[in-house]
Amino acid sequence: MDILIYGIINSIALALMALGFALVYGISRVPNFAHGALYVVTGFITWSFVRALGLNYLISIILALIVIGVVSALIYQFVLIRVRGMAISEIIASYAIGLAILEGLRWGGFKGTTYTLPVFIEGSINIGDVPVDLHRILVVGIGVAVVILLWLFTHYTRIGLALRGMAQDERAALMLGIDSDIMALVAMASGGMLAGLAGIVLLPLGNIVVEKGYDVLIQAIAVCIVGGLGSWMGAVLAAFLIGFAQILTTVYLGSHFQMVVALLAIILTLILRPSGLFGKQKELEERV
Amino acid sequence: MTIEQGRKERLDRGIKVRTDGLYALMSWRELLYLTLPRLVLILGMLALPLIMPSMYWQRVISIVCIYALLALSFDFLAHFVGLVSLGGALFIGVGGYLAAIMNTYFGMPPLLTIPIATVVGAGICTLFLLPCLPLRGVYFAIVSLMYPLALARIIEALDILGGTDGIMGIESFGNRWVEQYFVILMVLLFLFGARRLVNLDIGLVFRAVKDNDQAVRASGMSITFYKAVAVFIASAMGCMAGACLVHIYMWSGISLFALDFSILPIAATVIGGAGTLVGPVLGCLILVPISELLRAFGTLRIVFYSLILVAFIVFRSEGIMVYGQRKYHQFERWVKI
Amino acid sequence: MSNQPILHVQEVTKAFGGVIAVNGVSLDVNEGEIVGIIGPNGSGKTTLINCVTGFIKMTSGKVLFRGKNITGKPVHKIADMGITRTFQIMRPYYSLPCYKNLVIPLFSPRAKRTGGWRGGGKLGDRNTVGIDILEEIGFERDSFVPYKLASTLPTGYLKRLELARCLALKPEIIICDEIFSGLSMSEIASMVPLIERLQMDGITLIMIEHRLRELFRVSNRILVLNFGEKVIEGTPEQIMADEKVKEVYFGSEEVEEVMSHA
Repeated sequence: MDILIYGIINSIALALMALGFALVYGISRVPNFAHGALYVVTGFITWSFVRALGLNYLISIILALIVIGVVSALIYQFVLIRVRGMAISEIIASYAIGLAILEGLRWGGFKGTTYTLPVFIEGSINIGDVPVDLHRILVVGIGVAVVILLWLFTHYTRIGLALRGMAQDERAALMLGIDSDIMALVAMASGGMLAGLAGIVLLPLGNIVVEKGYDVLIQAIAVCIVGGLGSWMGAVLAAFLIGFAQILTTVYLGSHFQMVVALLAIILTLILRPSGLFGKQKELEERV
Repeated sequence: MTIEQGRKERLDRGIKVRTDGLYALMSWRELLYLTLPRLVLILGMLALPLIMPSMYWQRVISIVCIYALLALSFDFLAHFVGLVSLGGALFIGVGGYLAAIMNTYFGMPPLLTIPIATVVGAGICTLFLLPCLPLRGVYFAIVSLMYPLALARIIEALDILGGTDGIMGIESFGNRWVEQYFVILMVLLFLFGARRLVNLDIGLVFRAVKDNDQAVRASGMSITFYKAVAVFIASAMGCMAGACLVHIYMWSGISLFALDFSILPIAATVIGGAGTLVGPVLGCLILVPISELLRAFGTLRIVFYSLILVAFIVFRSEGIMVYGQRKYHQFERWVKI
Repeated sequence: MSNQPILHVQEVTKAFGGVIAVNGVSLDVNEGEIVGIIGPNGSGKTTLINCVTGFIKMTSGKVLFRGKNITGKPVHKIADMGITRTFQIMRPYYSLPCYKNLVIPLFSPRAKRTGGWRGGGKLGDRNTVGIDILEEIGFERDSFVPYKLASTLPTGYLKRLELARCLALKPEIIICDEIFSGLSMSEIASMVPLIERLQMDGITLIMIEHRLRELFRVSNRILVLNFGEKVIEGTPEQIMADEKVKEVYFGSEEVEEVMSHA
């Protein structure tokens, strides 16, 4: 029973982590390898607002999200836009930026266990006979809400529809007057904010550590690859598959293996079904 | 008022066309034109250990060579086969741990551990990377990025192979001159070997895989096979570097999978001039000493390489050797339109 | 010599999601024939060829080569059996000289086994064999053409280079995807004898074309596709006279108009 509950919680957490990466890749085909860095740095920014500046928690969260959205947009505008279209350069450039951020944070003295974000709600309740933190339940709620909101946004608002148009066929979207660069900018800013949101929601469950940045990057990529790059349904399903796999290994083998599970998931997917669960086949091989 | 219009034209120098294109060497000057750069490189590298002021700096030379091997393998894979390896640390780690195990558990001397670690390590790395070879380059980049991170975690979690403490008490080369000259010779060997390789028939097949893999497939060749061969060669270079490294440091631990080994070769290649195979070596000669100096600042040095990398990529700089080769082989002039 | 067709394409269908690009097309190609495939843009010609050569997985259908089932085999295995193709969007190795372009296909297992075109069963030095093959397609060995970088050649020469790449594998079948497109009248005039020579040397050719006049001169049979389906199959004379074909290209009302101007 506790496996079921913690499995669900872990899966939603993974989905939250992966959402930002999937969004940016799905729309602008830019793999944002700074994703993990954005996750962690938003946590630090929030912490700074709360502890150093003494602002109200909610206001700090909102401000941090705005800041990270702006930062992501700047990253796109000044770096990624120049290497747009060259997949390898995009990866190297975004990875290097992510590294610069994460290792910069590490150097700047942010290490160790002293940095935590407070949970949103204290206390826990019992589901069945399993004690569950209220914050974790909130995580599930927020995760589901975010997915639903995103779905509504991309299906019912003009910008959202434009984003989906770009995701499906960039050239056609361009011909319809949708500006590819602005859309990519919006996608990148949104992706950054989603990463930041995931950070804000999930970091209170532990400490703010630089290592989490790399872990989040690996897990987000694992979810997207297993689910199929470009497929929302696939990403959600993959999040559940990997999420439960991780919980099972934690219960039976110990908690160190989470990353191993993610890596194995990637390798297995690439061997057995490279396009992922629901990926579109043309993602994978060049067209003639 | 008329405005003078012109365009810049780049032409190969006469001496280049005579010597390089036609192989018609008729004077000492032409002979020197061809051989001087190579001589400078070889003699310069061989002389390095002799001119270094202290043992500390001699150690730095060895480390430069280790990174140079990694940078060579990165440049070879990225610009001659089309595979971007974001995780050179994988090769160092596999080669290093293999050599460490063979030395400490089986008592083999460096003379044996290094060649065996090179070949077996290359085999293991190729096997690890095999699943992503039939796919687009993006997947190779992703998977190569993840392996070092994951392997470091596994070793730490399972506490095998020495866990976080690592394996200690590995034999060294014995003689510090042997240590340095061995790695320098290896770098020169692989450098000139790689330059030869990319012009051989099989080298052309690698370059074709990068340019146009559909045509290679339509010609009846399995690109997965050829990519695997290329990965084997590149990982052999990296594994050798790792094996040498553990014998130099006499210690092997999860820091072999550190980000330095993944990022510095890329930065060195980009600065030194991608695609030239010499450029990466040059890049290491520049970056590694700087990195050693920055060691006092902790992980700031990684921030440093990353930012340089981003700057070079964003500004599309050619790199030192590309610029240098261009100036050496070609001249520019304005042509009026 | 058996009477079975060298290539037997049976009910090949390819659907991309909801779009059915090729719908149940069947075709038999006899050894030594030149078969043309024609049809308006988007009729599925290139998709059909991609399915046959393994570049795309077909949704259903079978392809037999000399009786052996090659359905679903990977591209390089199919090419290894001797089925070669040119590409509509040309893909030479631009940074290499022409004769070096041939070194790559000459490196393949098939070239090693067969010696390449006119290799007589044993492969010599790839550079010299490359020059020989280039001479076959009209790049004289004494001229500078074989040594020029592929990026500097005009379209007509590049099309020949594509053929040379196929020849390097000592092919049984060459599938030409719009090999006459982009060529001037004189360039086509010099291509046609080359195609006829290849047929005389025993190669079976399948040609996707839009330049109907030249195609009708060289080919033995024509297959007409429209919207992914086979409209009709027959000799060039039969095709030229057929009303349905004219409808396919011109639409039914304008046929009279065009015929009166022909």
